[in-house]
Amino acid sequence: MKKQKLVVVGNGMAGARLVEEVLEKGGGDRFDISMFGEEPHGNYNRILLSGVLSGTHGQDDIYINPLEWYENNDVTLHAGVRAIGIDRKAKTVYAAGGHLVPYDKLVVATGSVPFMPPIDGLSAEDGSLRNGVFGFRTLDDCAQMIDYAAGARNVVVIGGGLLGLEAARGLLSRGLNVHVVHLEAYLMETQLDSQAGELLKDALDDMGVVFHLEKLTTSILGDDRVTGIKFKDGSEIDCDMVVVSAGIRPNVDIARISGLNVRRGILVNDSLSCRNDPDVFAIGECAEHRGVVYGLVAPLWEQVSVLADRLTGRNPGARYHGSRVSTKLKVMGVELAVAGVKEPEEDRDEVVTYIEPSRNIYKKLIVRDGHIIGAIVLGDGSSAPRLLQAFDRNETLPDTRAEILFSLDSQPTAMDVSSLPDSAQICNCNGVAKSQIIAAVNGGARSLKAVCDATRAGTGCGSCKPLIQTTLEFAADGLIADDPAAHYFVPGVQMAKPELVEAIRSLELKSVSSVFDALAGGQEDASSKAGLASLLKTLWGSEYEDERDARFINDRVHANIQRDGTFSVAPRIYGGITTPAQLRRIADVAEKYDARMVKITGGQRLDILGIPKEHLPDVWKELDMPSGHAYAKAFRTCKTCVGSDFCRFGLGDSAKLGIDIEKRFQGVEMPHKVKMAVSGCPRNCAEATVKDVGLVAIEGGKWEMYVGGAAGANVRKGDVLCVVDSPTDAIKYMSRFLQYYRENAKHMERTYGFVERIGVERLREILMDDAEGQNDRLDAEMQASVEAYSDPWQEGANPVHGNQFVNTPTAVAG
Amino acid sequence: MMQAKRPTPSSQMYDLGPIDQIPLGEGRQFQIGHTSVAVFRARDGRVFAAQAQCPHRGGPLADGIIGGGQLHCPLHGYKFELDTGKPIGAECNALKTFPVTVTDKCQIQIELQRPER
Repeated sequence: MKKQKLVVVGNGMAGARLVEEVLEKGGGDRFDISMFGEEPHGNYNRILLSGVLSGTHGQDDIYINPLEWYENNDVTLHAGVRAIGIDRKAKTVYAAGGHLVPYDKLVVATGSVPFMPPIDGLSAEDGSLRNGVFGFRTLDDCAQMIDYAAGARNVVVIGGGLLGLEAARGLLSRGLNVHVVHLEAYLMETQLDSQAGELLKDALDDMGVVFHLEKLTTSILGDDRVTGIKFKDGSEIDCDMVVVSAGIRPNVDIARISGLNVRRGILVNDSLSCRNDPDVFAIGECAEHRGVVYGLVAPLWEQVSVLADRLTGRNPGARYHGSRVSTKLKVMGVELAVAGVKEPEEDRDEVVTYIEPSRNIYKKLIVRDGHIIGAIVLGDGSSAPRLLQAFDRNETLPDTRAEILFSLDSQPTAMDVSSLPDSAQICNCNGVAKSQIIAAVNGGARSLKAVCDATRAGTGCGSCKPLIQTTLEFAADGLIADDPAAHYFVPGVQMAKPELVEAIRSLELKSVSSVFDALAGGQEDASSKAGLASLLKTLWGSEYEDERDARFINDRVHANIQRDGTFSVAPRIYGGITTPAQLRRIADVAEKYDARMVKITGGQRLDILGIPKEHLPDVWKELDMPSGHAYAKAFRTCKTCVGSDFCRFGLGDSAKLGIDIEKRFQGVEMPHKVKMAVSGCPRNCAEATVKDVGLVAIEGGKWEMYVGGAAGANVRKGDVLCVVDSPTDAIKYMSRFLQYYRENAKHMERTYGFVERIGVERLREILMDDAEGQNDRLDAEMQASVEAYSDPWQEGANPVHGNQFVNTPTAVAG
Repeated sequence: MMQAKRPTPSSQMYDLGPIDQIPLGEGRQFQIGHTSVAVFRARDGRVFAAQAQCPHRGGPLADGIIGGGQLHCPLHGYKFELDTGKPIGAECNALKTFPVTVTDKCQIQIELQRPER
């Protein structure tokens, strides 16, 4: 196939990142790529310019792609060449110096330009800024400012927005007296409300910055050299340097000249192509999507990911739906997190605020219908990650808002990573230290998955992932990629669960290999097989076309692999209630097959350990008990107390209910393991409140049902889903909850994460009040799964293939 | 399927029997004298052979999951390239791999270095 020509105008963070992703997604085979960059450099991290100005970063430290990168990746970069027009009929880009570059697909990523307010004496005669006056946008601006600042004493920064304050910080650390002039009554009015703006000013006052609020600058004084500035009210400030940082405007000159539709930015639709030209795309700060021009890096990366998917054909139907904007910043060392709106918009919006003036701490939440629609957190970095996560995921807030405002719980996300020593162990399963995670981030890992892949952190029990995420955010200095793969159900098929389920149903894909063929371009992925197998089994039940190689070894041989390669055998002991005859058989088998250990498990059964694979069928046959599924992502056990037949406190017959539950749900596949318990009274001897689903008998013949409890790597008390009058109702709502969990949880998502993500109030609406109108179907699906049960240990006598339980088929003389 | 290669003087070919004994997409372990070898039969028809134990903690690699040219150890999920044995992602020693083919008569043939006497 002849390669197409992909031309990218703009070599800033959006343009360069797009080319990187196009190459990562295999676009190198499809496109010859050339780029125009107005600056004579490779691509650098513009966010870190303030670090260069303040001296914490060298100019060379902030390159993301140095010039060699383009050469090594066969990308033609016209560095320092300004593109001046697009002939869309001839599909050609015109550039300064007479370059003519034809394209098949064109991406405009020209970013922004600083806004220069009308001020007398700002410019020299040729229209450029006069000596001593600077913009703050490019690496060259930065270098010139640093040179000039060495001989300057007093600097005025015009503009008290984020960039202006960053410039102020940089120049302050270079020993200058810094004045900040701002037109508005408080700082950073785009992101903050007046109260936060005033508190921020108080914090910065203490650092020695002199603020002049509500001042309109009319002229810059001095003939050869700058000597001061003058305000509209007639007052003046003496200075020998001026930095203008009065906002940015989308850089849309080339788009306008070339006849593309432009309002504030270049108008693009959900495919990110221009409204009036499907072969021209726009991304980043120059693009306007659904009326919004984004100025932060996270939305830009979401756009890049969508466009790269479309251009490379990885997902030709990918669409950009807009971004929920939230960001964490450091303003001159003061931590700030902002998200969504900054003021309530409707009568029903609820505003929660907390102010601590002595420490310049300010927190404000704007809540609508139990969800955050806006937040400002100033001066407290520890509660920000949790809050932003709740915003990003649109989580239902706890009724007690303080829980989210103050990180009262001991969630690891609340830890202040910056205060941990570099040697601190973050992943306790694999022994990965903070310093190793930071090294991986510095080495280019920019998403949670990339960091986990590079260090193995988080690949054990996974409970440290929030802490890894925080460390990543801490180390990446704002350069976090929202890894789209984080939303995929399995890594090898680029679809979130609802999309994937829809595709599987509509295309009637009933085997794992057919999913790879139809939805992943025929590319098999080892990490995705087990997740797909579990999903397909849940969706198709008995129609599922089982392919044994898609299963994890435990599910191929129905036993749990141990560290020495032997297996453990845990027969089902319903409700944890056994008989002398069963115990005798277990003892006989353990002796005959030389078990290395017999263990009473936490789930109230007996585990026979150290059985080689080839003995499994005989062991099962002689036990003559069904599988306990102690190895599967499925319902495991139901722990019970002795209940009302024996216990003098017993209120409900927990033993019988536990047995009924085990008989009903045995063998039902789940997104992860599911453990249950039934306690016969509120003393809760079966620990039902920390199980995935737990029942506690209470006075009056009633049962409380807890969901989403955990007492493993994470500890969480379950939420009460409902209180029911009978064991029949308990089983009914439990079935419904489990089916909803099966259909809506991510692969390997335990109920504690799932319940927190959906929110117990929402679950009640769905499962008790039938808010989604599908409870009859949920009940029927679960009933079908229950009826499809067969004991997998019967395969011992009838293996699916001759070598199912054979480890070493043949020995050959050597 | 590839034609069986002529062995080099210091190596020897061993016949491991019919390919059918390895279910599609799975692996099985073979014992050849003192050498344990895991042989894999990918869904695309390719056949691979590597040392049987994971260099990390000795996991039985024949019980691993394969796909897309990768092998994942069943014990801790360490990943390797099937054709080269190179570890993917985290640091771990590479697997020793062995040339293996399937003959026209559907027999697995593996080439091993001759044991030193």
